[in-house]
Amino acid sequence: MSTAVASHAHPPTSTGLDHRKIAIWAFIGSECMLFASLISTYLIYKGRNVVGPFPHEACNPPICATPLHPILNIPITSASTFVLLMSSLSMVLALAAVENKGKPGYEGLLGSSKFWLLATAILGTTFLGFQAYEFTSFVHEGLTIKTNLFGSSFFTLTGFHGAHVTAGVLWLLTLLAIDMKRGLGPKDALLVDISALYWHFVDVVWIAIFTLVYLIK
Amino acid sequence: MATAAISPSYAGASSSSKTGLWSWLTTVDHKRIGALYMFTSLAWFAVGGLEALIMRWQLKGPNGHVVSAEVFNQLFTMHGTTMIFLVVMPLSAAFFNFLIPLQIGARDVAFPRLNAFSYWVYLFGSLFMNFSWVVGQAPNGGWFGYAPLTTNLYSPGLNIDFWMLGLQILGVSSLAASFNFATTVINMRAPGMNLMRMPMFTWMAFITQFLLILAFPVITIALVFLQFDRFFGTNFYTMSAGADPLLWQHLFWIFGHPEVYILILPAFGLVSEVLPTFSRKPLFGYPVMVYSGILIAFLGFGVWAHHMFAVGMGPIADSVFSITTMLIAIPTGVKIFNWVFTMWGGNLRFTLPMKFAITLVALFTIGGISGVMHSSPPADLQQTDTYFIVAHFHYVLVAGSLMGLWAGIYYYFPKMTGRMLNEKVGNWHFWLTFIGVNLTFMPMHWSGLFGMPRRIYTYDAGQGWDIFNAMSTWGAVIQGIAGVVAAYNIWYSLRKGAIAPADPWGAPSLEWSIPSPAPEYNFAEIPRVTSRYPLWDVKSPELTVEVPHSKHGDERNDVEMGGKHVGSFHDHMAAGTPEGGVNPNAKQASTKVSIKTAEELGIPMPYPTIKPLFVALFMTLMFGSLMFIHEGKTALGVGLVSAFAFAMTAMLYAWLTSPLEPHHH
Repeated sequence: MSTAVASHAHPPTSTGLDHRKIAIWAFIGSECMLFASLISTYLIYKGRNVVGPFPHEACNPPICATPLHPILNIPITSASTFVLLMSSLSMVLALAAVENKGKPGYEGLLGSSKFWLLATAILGTTFLGFQAYEFTSFVHEGLTIKTNLFGSSFFTLTGFHGAHVTAGVLWLLTLLAIDMKRGLGPKDALLVDISALYWHFVDVVWIAIFTLVYLIK
Repeated sequence: MATAAISPSYAGASSSSKTGLWSWLTTVDHKRIGALYMFTSLAWFAVGGLEALIMRWQLKGPNGHVVSAEVFNQLFTMHGTTMIFLVVMPLSAAFFNFLIPLQIGARDVAFPRLNAFSYWVYLFGSLFMNFSWVVGQAPNGGWFGYAPLTTNLYSPGLNIDFWMLGLQILGVSSLAASFNFATTVINMRAPGMNLMRMPMFTWMAFITQFLLILAFPVITIALVFLQFDRFFGTNFYTMSAGADPLLWQHLFWIFGHPEVYILILPAFGLVSEVLPTFSRKPLFGYPVMVYSGILIAFLGFGVWAHHMFAVGMGPIADSVFSITTMLIAIPTGVKIFNWVFTMWGGNLRFTLPMKFAITLVALFTIGGISGVMHSSPPADLQQTDTYFIVAHFHYVLVAGSLMGLWAGIYYYFPKMTGRMLNEKVGNWHFWLTFIGVNLTFMPMHWSGLFGMPRRIYTYDAGQGWDIFNAMSTWGAVIQGIAGVVAAYNIWYSLRKGAIAPADPWGAPSLEWSIPSPAPEYNFAEIPRVTSRYPLWDVKSPELTVEVPHSKHGDERNDVEMGGKHVGSFHDHMAAGTPEGGVNPNAKQASTKVSIKTAEELGIPMPYPTIKPLFVALFMTLMFGSLMFIHEGKTALGVGLVSAFAFAMTAMLYAWLTSPLEPHHH
């Protein structure tokens, strides 16, 4: 045993990666189990409702007092899914803009990290707007979180996802504020990198939710 | 030959010059946070033990009526919840905190302030849950809290609210800590500290972090469903709405069985540190010990339904879970045999840590074997919900986990405090514990097999249970006395214990190369590691001849790095040469070393900060305020939750925007 690293600095990390990058992956691993539990419960409770409205089937008397349409609106949710997927693209461009700040090809609006961070936040907020519209229209059609197993598991699952998007938007706006205040450059790429990992993860979860909840009958 | 004599004596060295209440409230030092975890969890150990003693006094003989059935329900619920979440887990966390950075040659954990946050969340969460005693509505649904029994329909009071919100808060603490420790082990190992050179405690702790990372989100969701059912009227556990009565059980045990390994693996790790030291032999089969730990953790996610054989899952599910449960006995058995072979032919020294460690090896085996007995569904149908199960898991958790943790406390107390725990008092503690544990839990095998159900608050005479219950009660009393003796020992030794040298036991790992107590920066210079037993390489090279070595440590480190040359030999810490062989001048050279401060050495230390404490406090109050919704005061509840959520977020921003440590380049 001998000693190696000079005392007056932090030694290099074992992997060469920043601690925060390792931690965000550990966090994402944990979040996988969180959403796996939510999605499994939704799937287990599929088709066990004793009252309507139902996600994919009409509900007619005598099960429901009045005839009810299938409640999921797939065209509108396809649009909101597209918006969220586009936000992943703008996130990639935001990270590229921060990493390459000042390099040729990154001038002007389309090379601006502020623009792409703002665009990502706006796309995320648009997705949340779609979700708010969906939730209120469901409530008007008679589906609340208390109505049946579908209502409970649907609102909890998509609500948890929406809460994650909301946290992501706040994170993006915080980065935008830092960018406005002092400018984000290649040295800060990690800050944007870990938020991008989180953002892409939340998008990937939505792909699973969209497929399993909306597309598969 | 090398023992304490060769180690430098740093008598009277203080871990930190800063003292006083404020320094503890604002500390971000992993060693101090470890000490906070340890003393808090030992305090809850006394509370949980008292709860057990009241129950045992009630069951001492037939028709006992010390407490009512309702209070008895609260006692067994809070005893289980306290011992698992407020004692064994945080006591393990105390060692994660204290030991992981020391064992891997780091100066702190990856996120020091997050570490402080984890502790304060644990403290406030545990106080919140036990506040239920003050309002007279302690949780009463068992530590497993089976829904639908715990829904509003059957448990309308605040009891379950305290339990589920308390567990949710404690879950935040465990998850935050697990990300922190996993990152620390992955990223902060000293040069040359390959994964396969890490001390076995660090390995088991590392594996435990993955169990925490993957198991806790599942109970989080199960608890979220329960909260939504109780507060907002959802239907997750409402049978009349078509809900599955087994949903909670599945989610709970997908968490609950890995939780069992969260409770035992750290103790396994501590024992794997103690046994080689006091056998003067390297750990037998180190790689297999690592692999068996990983296998236990992996299989631990595939056995959960063996807690549910009695619900009637059908022959296929029963068979699958029966087989996976039997399989898990194989890596566990490997560990037992490896400990035995570690001791085989060694120069055994029966110090107190060694006595507790050997007790784990012997008594955990009993609990392990009874565990294999009820991996068979037909046998389990006879045993389930009887005292046989109680006997089984107390042999695993008390005779297993707690013995390992006591071994760790006696072993590491000198490194934490700079003083030795008293041997004479400790011997009383050990023998009283040993006798008490066996006298309490061994007869439960018989009372269980004679049909005594768990969780009954009283019983009639003439069922053949009387003598076994009397034995269990007197055993519990002896355990209680042992607890008082241990508390006295800690209190006495903190003030008057013998001054500990750096390496009082002749141990092989890095934490013993630095003064006792460890200086705030741990290592004046980051060590370079060339084998699994860096300190034995220096002091007792004859013990490590069969252990793989690299002459030059990690090749990445004999180079220029960040403009500095790294890899130079440093002589005041290691009393020898990298290739082994004792430096004849070591003793004289190192006995008079004075402890320098971090400033003198130019080591950047994190600023103390109170912010994590306030984030934890506001978070606890935010969760706690949800209870007003249950009481019908929705507006007040929503208002308070929003206010505390805002305060928490604001404090979190203040934390994240303030620098961790003085800026350096």
